[in-house]
Amino acid sequence: MSTTDLRGRVAVVGVAESDLGHVAPGLTHFDLMGQATARALKDAGLKKSDVDGFFCASSYLPFPTLDVAEYLGIRPVYADSTNVGGSSFVAHLLHAAMAIEAGLCTTALIAYGSTQRSDGGRLVSPTKLLPYEEAYKPRYPVSMYALAASRHMYEYGTTREQLAEVAVAARDWAQLNPKAFTYGRGPLTVEDVLSSQMISHPLTSKDCCLVTDGGGAVILTSAERARDLPVTPAYFLGGGEATWHRSMSQMPDLTTTAAVDSGRRAFTMAGLKPSDVDVVELYDAFTINTLLFLEDLGFCAKGEGGAFVSGGRIAPGGELPVNTNGGGLSYCHPGMYGIFLIIEAVRQLRGEGGARQQAGTNVALVNGNGGVLSSQATALLGTAEALG
Amino acid sequence: MSAPTAGYADGLAAGELRFQHCGACDRAVFYPRVLCPHCGSESLAWRTSSGRGAVYATTVLHKRGTDPYNVALVDVDEGFRMMSRVEGVAPADVAIGARVRLDVIEEDGVPLAVFRPLEDQE
Repeated sequence: MSTTDLRGRVAVVGVAESDLGHVAPGLTHFDLMGQATARALKDAGLKKSDVDGFFCASSYLPFPTLDVAEYLGIRPVYADSTNVGGSSFVAHLLHAAMAIEAGLCTTALIAYGSTQRSDGGRLVSPTKLLPYEEAYKPRYPVSMYALAASRHMYEYGTTREQLAEVAVAARDWAQLNPKAFTYGRGPLTVEDVLSSQMISHPLTSKDCCLVTDGGGAVILTSAERARDLPVTPAYFLGGGEATWHRSMSQMPDLTTTAAVDSGRRAFTMAGLKPSDVDVVELYDAFTINTLLFLEDLGFCAKGEGGAFVSGGRIAPGGELPVNTNGGGLSYCHPGMYGIFLIIEAVRQLRGEGGARQQAGTNVALVNGNGGVLSSQATALLGTAEALG
Repeated sequence: MSAPTAGYADGLAAGELRFQHCGACDRAVFYPRVLCPHCGSESLAWRTSSGRGAVYATTVLHKRGTDPYNVALVDVDEGFRMMSRVEGVAPADVAIGARVRLDVIEEDGVPLAVFRPLEDQE
């Protein structure tokens, strides 16, 4: 079997968010996973008893598939708690495709939940820095991304204004998404971003993602079974993962991420190229991420990300719709954002994007990021038309 | 076998920046470990750095209750990169590409490797 044999073999048939933003007092990360799971099952037209594969990652739980399976009342025959940070859920798509194709399970649930805003508004992270880094008191993770931004600016002349364009576009998208944390707050300007509180130069608070509560769930099954369900399938066309480092001081080149590899693997499996992609969902924990991933995934040349995102190219009405839900910067970011990339991609492929729907969307790319640009997981999803 | 972390700490206690060198592939290794991350060999031996290098990346942290401070990645001349801080210059003036030299200071009761701008005459 070659990896391309996985193309189109499974489909996402259910997606849902839990309550988002600042949830009701006392709700736990388990409750948010429960909400999202119930809603995703309803979305798919499936019952909880149909779920026999379970994929979960959490910043709260060392054994998430055990704790959460108990809460949900499921007894998975196949479970996978791969944790590669915020990219985990995109990695789970590939793992679920393999498990379903191999006959290890028939219906896979991917779930995530976090109450980090209610918990105090700081990132909940089990990360332990290397002692060789910790002594210098970087702020994890923002300082690491700031270092990457500094190098990109040095090598390619990227400006703080160009980074700010990413946040401006994200806010504009969020004004079209009633579920976004910043919905109704109106637009952001480049000047707003530059004049916000400096956190770790060159990144201000507006270059950084939100801190919200939130959960999500995604349900996959075989393409054959998907066609019998009362929902438009979003076919899994390709996936890839890559990691080159964990600690920032060990990243080989701060201007190039392992998305070069994960993206190539996903595109190869799918038999697609960047120009085939209609909608792009990238993990924008910080504004520099979007530039790096657009370059590394082949949407523009290395070093040209700053110019590429300028002039509204990735904003509503622009040439390339990027982070159409408002992204981690303006929609929702409970700590491990990757599952929300998948949810938005599926909605766009189904034509359920409401005011932000992109007409004629047949192929969506999602790229999850974990750690400090450490893990990259890419997936391509498509409609029946894209499947061919 | 002595622990890799101890070799580094012993160096700092002696006012030196020590790193490992792989006898099999002739490359520098940092942070310290028991096998070469480049080739997999266990033939690692300690060397002492000249303490000179260049700033590879830099940031300035702004936190409440403390003055802004620098965190940098430094490419040390012997061929390894480490996180550190550049002192002796305003945090915002730490420039990528600037030549720097080691200064082992004491912070929080332990020796710490920081860097200072390398003067032209040095």
